[in-house]
Amino acid sequence: MHGLVAVDWHVIWQQVFHPSHVLFRTLWATVYISVASQAAGVLLGLLAALARMSRFAPFRWISGVYVLIFRGTPLLVQIFYVYFAFSWPSLHFGFWTVPDAAIAGIVALSVNEGAYMREIIRAGIDSVDRGQMEAARSVGMTYGLAMRRIILPQAARVIVPPLGNEFNNMMKNTSLVYTIGVFELFAFSEQNYSQTFIADYFLAIAVWYLVLTTVWTFIQALIERRLTESERGEELSFRERLENAWNPMAAWGRGIQHR
Amino acid sequence: MHSEDVHKRFGRLEVLKGVSLEVTKGETVCIIGPSGSGKTTFLRCINHLEKIDDGRIEVNGQLIGYRQKKGKLVEDSERNIARQRTQIGMVFQRFNLFPHKTALENVIEAPVHVLGTPKEQAVGLGKALLGRVGLADKVDAYPGKLSGGQQQRVAIARALAMGPALMLFDEPTSALDPEVTGEVLSVMEELARAGTTMIVVTHEMGFARKAANRVVMMDDGLIIEDGTPEHFFEAPTHERTKQFLSKIL
Ligand SMILES: Nc1ncnc2c1ncn2[C@@H]1O[C@H](COP(=O)(O)OP(=O)(O)OP(=O)(O)O)[C@@H](O)[C@H]1O
Ligand SMILES: [Mg+2]
Repeated sequence: MHGLVAVDWHVIWQQVFHPSHVLFRTLWATVYISVASQAAGVLLGLLAALARMSRFAPFRWISGVYVLIFRGTPLLVQIFYVYFAFSWPSLHFGFWTVPDAAIAGIVALSVNEGAYMREIIRAGIDSVDRGQMEAARSVGMTYGLAMRRIILPQAARVIVPPLGNEFNNMMKNTSLVYTIGVFELFAFSEQNYSQTFIADYFLAIAVWYLVLTTVWTFIQALIERRLTESERGEELSFRERLENAWNPMAAWGRGIQHR
Repeated sequence: MHSEDVHKRFGRLEVLKGVSLEVTKGETVCIIGPSGSGKTTFLRCINHLEKIDDGRIEVNGQLIGYRQKKGKLVEDSERNIARQRTQIGMVFQRFNLFPHKTALENVIEAPVHVLGTPKEQAVGLGKALLGRVGLADKVDAYPGKLSGGQQQRVAIARALAMGPALMLFDEPTSALDPEVTGEVLSVMEELARAGTTMIVVTHEMGFARKAANRVVMMDDGLIIEDGTPEHFFEAPTHERTKQFLSKIL
């Protein structure tokens, strides 16, 4: 099995098309850790971005130090520190248990992600014309309300594409929490490998990561299309949407007819 | 609106050097003056988009942006300032409509989310106002699909929706193509006739002549002349005013 092209197709076929429920469990762990970390990361990034733009200088400093530390040190180091320096509880939701290591992993990944999201969110907010905040305030909105109703929805258009890429990275980065004992997708392949010494388990798991990131790519494209549509104020029928997706010429042709 | 000796500095540059102006209820006052004379800055001070360094501004007898504390003026809380701004409508040179919302949504946004008006009631009001500015058929259009003149009329409806005691216009037609300035100006003339209190920075002398009760000339951070349109266009007293008018007429 150690030849250059000797791929054990049987193992790959088995793991990809007849996955065991153990594999599904680890797949689920990877998914929920990614989603929870990304969601919390976006929230932290938003807070840090607002702090960065605050009139109150200490908030700006805190935000700066936060980004400096978490972008400037290895994620793996952060994960280890968070896990070993604090004691984390396990959470139980009926049948489903989230172990303490997964909680620590989510915390570390979120805090790390927040530092990257801060820049993305700030760029999004900066991209909104300053007149928007003035108009919102002139009709009596407070800063918070104007942010929520007027600025952030417009910033979303700029934030979502890089946010999608961040999430793509996140799904792959979750494999690092294997090192603190979280039983997720990578841990599954590692465990099988150490029992069988068949490296193709890694290949099979790579296929699963690829499935996750590919599904996400489609979801991201849908979200982005929706955002640009509402910006242009276009209401497309489902058929037109399909046509646009499959045949750019059709959309172009319709544009000409409408003119 | 009552302003008294208003000063505003940007760093070392003094942009307003003691502006005093009185606008009574129902009056339309036009402000004219060369570029950089502080017209925009003065309007922005009236609804506290800019902090003033000295003097005082009152709208409806209420001090704007500040409150008295132990004999001194301190800046008011964000919430109170926001509440005061609901009384002051502002129309911008560049419209500043919310591009992610339809014309109607632009108009009802603040009534619903700031004043807490029930949605159906706000929609009724919004449609009526859009009808008043001649856009009854554009209720569901997004700003990106509207011409500049139509956008500016939506912006006027948006400001009116708050039921303001005072309307501020900052060169509302100067970003528009000449062929659509008329539609915006006639909406404003109608407002003036209906007794809306308005302060209008404009270089549209036709509008000033027709709709204004008074015209005010600003130069270098000061009001240098204040009089009826007839006075202004027939017998301006100030040398700077004569120069300025001869340039733009
Ligand atoms: N935020 C700011 N920071 C610094 N300087 C400013 C700021 N806003 C305005 N100024 C300066 O203040 C002066 C007056 O500006 P203002 O916009 O009030 O003039 P204006 O009379 O409205 O001119 P225009 O007819 O060109 O609109 C100008 O010299 C301008 O450069
Ligand atoms: Mg100006």
